[in-house]
Amino acid sequence: MARSKPEPMQVVKKRRDETLNALVEGIPYVQFLGITFDRRGDELTGVLNFEDKLIGNPFLPALHGGVTAAFLEVTSIITLSWWHLYPLIEAGDLTPEEVRSGDAPDFPKTIDFTVDYLRSGLPRDAYARATVSRSGRRYASVRVEAWQDNHDKLFAQATGHFLMPNVKPLKTD
Amino acid sequence: MIDKVKLARQFIQAIPHAKALGLELTHIDGGTATISMPYSDQLVGDPRIGVIHGGAVSAMMDTCCGAAVMSHPAAPAGTATIDLRIDYMRAATPGQAIVTTATCYHITRNVAFVRATATDDDSDNPVATATGAFTVESR
Repeated sequence: MARSKPEPMQVVKKRRDETLNALVEGIPYVQFLGITFDRRGDELTGVLNFEDKLIGNPFLPALHGGVTAAFLEVTSIITLSWWHLYPLIEAGDLTPEEVRSGDAPDFPKTIDFTVDYLRSGLPRDAYARATVSRSGRRYASVRVEAWQDNHDKLFAQATGHFLMPNVKPLKTD
Repeated sequence: MIDKVKLARQFIQAIPHAKALGLELTHIDGGTATISMPYSDQLVGDPRIGVIHGGAVSAMMDTCCGAAVMSHPAAPAGTATIDLRIDYMRAATPGQAIVTTATCYHITRNVAFVRATATDDDSDNPVATATGAFTVESR
């Protein structure tokens, strides 16, 4: 059997980036914090774009601990959703239009989230990457790490448990 | 203790992110603090249902726990979070303010231990609870 011709790169990139953007831009709180996502293949990096309103200690100054927690939680939820929806996106069963019109499955719900603060967050951009340690039918466990200038010097890490939404096939054909 | 209470209130109201979230410190004394966060569209996690994002609840709980530490009689001038665990019991009801009360229930020379509960108008059913450890900074 002849191997089918691979899709053009632009088509693949456009589908993935547009779906990711639709997911992220649809969350007001993510916009409020100024979080964006970089994508390389299926790997995501959360970016916390620094603004003065993210400051928690104006005397140091340092990022607010709550902002750090929220950034780690947002990165975990988006990474987990992305990981969970990726097969649907790749199969063409979840389009950016469907995400924008509110037809995407619900986001995973946080059950618990534990943050370790390793050093104070500097008043500049921060990055985070989450790893899905285990994802079952109902529950998922995620680890996430955040750094600023130097990836070896994490300023915070967290683990969390999430309740997974039911994903039914959106299209049957 | 009056000065310390006043100082803590001023300190919290000078935090840019506390201002961005619209946090209001309604009570602070002797190791206990209460902070309220009004409902706001920009803090929503899923616009289809209008529920406040868990991250915003985490941010207010962190602030409230820090405030509780600073108001403790044996307390430091400043504090920083060492770790914070949040358990989410239910989604907050859209349109309602969230109120968190935190208590610093034990403090040593180096570490303060804190518990917090967040609720909306249905104050018998917590939205989230938190436990954390905070630094005690020497003067």
